[in-house]
Amino acid sequence: MSSIDTSVPVSTGGSKVLAWLVVLAALALLVATPFLPNYYVRVVNGLLIYILLGIGLNIVVGYAGLLDLGFVAFYAVGAYTYALLASPQLDLHLPFLLIVVIAAGLGLMAGILLGIPVLKLRGDYLAIVTLGFGEIIRIIVNNVDWLTGGPKGIARLDKASVAGIELARPVEIYWLLLVCVVVIGTLVWRMERSILGKAWAAIREDQDAARGIGINTTVAKLTAFATSAMIGSIAGVIFAASQRFVSPESFALQESVLIVLMIVVGGIGNILGVIVGAAILILMPEVLREFAEWRVLFLGLLMIVLIILRPGGMIPRTFGPDKLIRRLFSR
Amino acid sequence: MLGTIIQQVFNALTIGSIYALIALGYTMVYGVLRMINFAHGEMFMLGAYAAFVILTLLIGDIGNAGVVILALVFFAAVIVVGLIGVGVERLAYKPLRHSNRLAPMLSSLGVSLSLVTAVQIVAGPQPIGFPSFFPSTRFDVLGGTVTSVQIGILIAALVLMVALYTLVNRSRAGIIVRAVSESRPTAQLLGINVNLAISLVFFAGPVLGAAGGILYASYYGIMSPTMGAVIGLKAFTAAILGGIGSIPGAMLGAFILAFVEVAGTALLPALTGGLLGTEYRDVLAFAILILVLLVRPAGILGEPVSEESMVYKREF
Repeated sequence: MSSIDTSVPVSTGGSKVLAWLVVLAALALLVATPFLPNYYVRVVNGLLIYILLGIGLNIVVGYAGLLDLGFVAFYAVGAYTYALLASPQLDLHLPFLLIVVIAAGLGLMAGILLGIPVLKLRGDYLAIVTLGFGEIIRIIVNNVDWLTGGPKGIARLDKASVAGIELARPVEIYWLLLVCVVVIGTLVWRMERSILGKAWAAIREDQDAARGIGINTTVAKLTAFATSAMIGSIAGVIFAASQRFVSPESFALQESVLIVLMIVVGGIGNILGVIVGAAILILMPEVLREFAEWRVLFLGLLMIVLIILRPGGMIPRTFGPDKLIRRLFSR
Repeated sequence: MLGTIIQQVFNALTIGSIYALIALGYTMVYGVLRMINFAHGEMFMLGAYAAFVILTLLIGDIGNAGVVILALVFFAAVIVVGLIGVGVERLAYKPLRHSNRLAPMLSSLGVSLSLVTAVQIVAGPQPIGFPSFFPSTRFDVLGGTVTSVQIGILIAALVLMVALYTLVNRSRAGIIVRAVSESRPTAQLLGINVNLAISLVFFAGPVLGAAGGILYASYYGIMSPTMGAVIGLKAFTAAILGGIGSIPGAMLGAFILAFVEVAGTALLPALTGGLLGTEYRDVLAFAILILVLLVRPAGILGEPVSEESMVYKREF
């Protein structure tokens, strides 16, 4: 994923203004969202869920350089955890926060479960095994009718509530998601800059050399898988709570590909890139609503063109949140 | 009982030979470029659509075409798809030949997405009925029913595979391809036209894949823009099972996979007391894929390459 020099020469004068413009536009969107009609709030909610998923997958794909094409399986784990523990399906109605904890735990376990067998695999083989894993999970969910309702899915999920405050309307879900994205995003960014993050980067650049200088690649890789799966699972819980309906359709292979695409388009291994990528890929279809069928074609072509022309994505890996802040306040 | 077994064996052989045709494309591309071509399943799909379009253009009324015309349509369609394959390689993979290994894979994901959507836009997302390329008659072989379509598919696939095998092993083009797949830098140093070899592979692979698509569509009488996804993945499983990079391996893997699938579909409900039904057939294929990669990543006939030597480092 790496080995390409992603740093681009930037002139500081104009780009400071540009940076301010982009940041202010993003902030304006965040502030304005609660006052928009429900439809737009839902679009922003979708965007935030994908940002969350992108942040999660980026740990494995961007930081550790392991292409995971079955990420949506963890998303499904979280969504179905909520659907089973807070619906008439099993007549269980656990509180939202407890389910978040359970789902995070299950996601962690699923991540390690997938991580252990694929530790030895690299690059393309890893991609294929994770892809197979994702498909197996989806087929199982689709067919265990007595538990998951099969293709019909599970409906009438409970409304989420935290500390007595109900979170069901799009605006309420919006605040929940915003808090989650900010908290998880910050944590993951700190992880990236911790010694663990450096170990991931070392594995990404050259696994043998990383092992040579004494990095425990097994632990580092498993941590990457587990953390990423946990975030995916939490995103799944919120997704289920906001839709109040889950079905296997939401967890098709295309979703995994879309999340990878977000990362590739935005900037591999960079949280800012994930946000930009998600914004492009999730908001663009809304803008291009009239050209419904053309937009996927456009996405595919965009992916090819970007990989060829800008293999590092829109935002270079080196331009992280710290750089952005420095750019904003540079003289 | 014997009749059922014979019938199932023929089912497995039919589907196995289609898997084999597609698996060959994966294995050849991997052999030469060390790249998983996610868009290969789409060549399979394009084959069926190209044949359909050419057939309707040539003769408005599908169904009463003579054998010669059908054969011509078949060849025209696979060659069109072969050329598409070469074009796709030139546009989407060639610029990435010297970047890291994941870039062409991601690019092929983009190609796959684009091709499926393009076909969806042009032909509509719904499945379309496909005319059979073989006159349909039923035979009774020891109590089992075997159709002429199955036999036609078997023969067509065998002919194509033998042709490929001879081409690769006996012709000058085959030598070039094998040399490049052995070692690209060395082949380049020896003055072999690497671009030609890669183009040949990206022609032959889609040609076989498209042939598989036409046979598949005339077997089931239906085609859809997304038909390449699952079949492509299974053919890829077959290629890995047989040992990716190995041409006989891809054929062997395809037939093994087909037999396991057919046997699994027949036996799963009986073995598990109805708990696991036939819908778990695809799970079976993916489980095999994962098991093979974990236990013996080199596959059955693949060279026992160590994990370390498989890592492609950039030459500076």
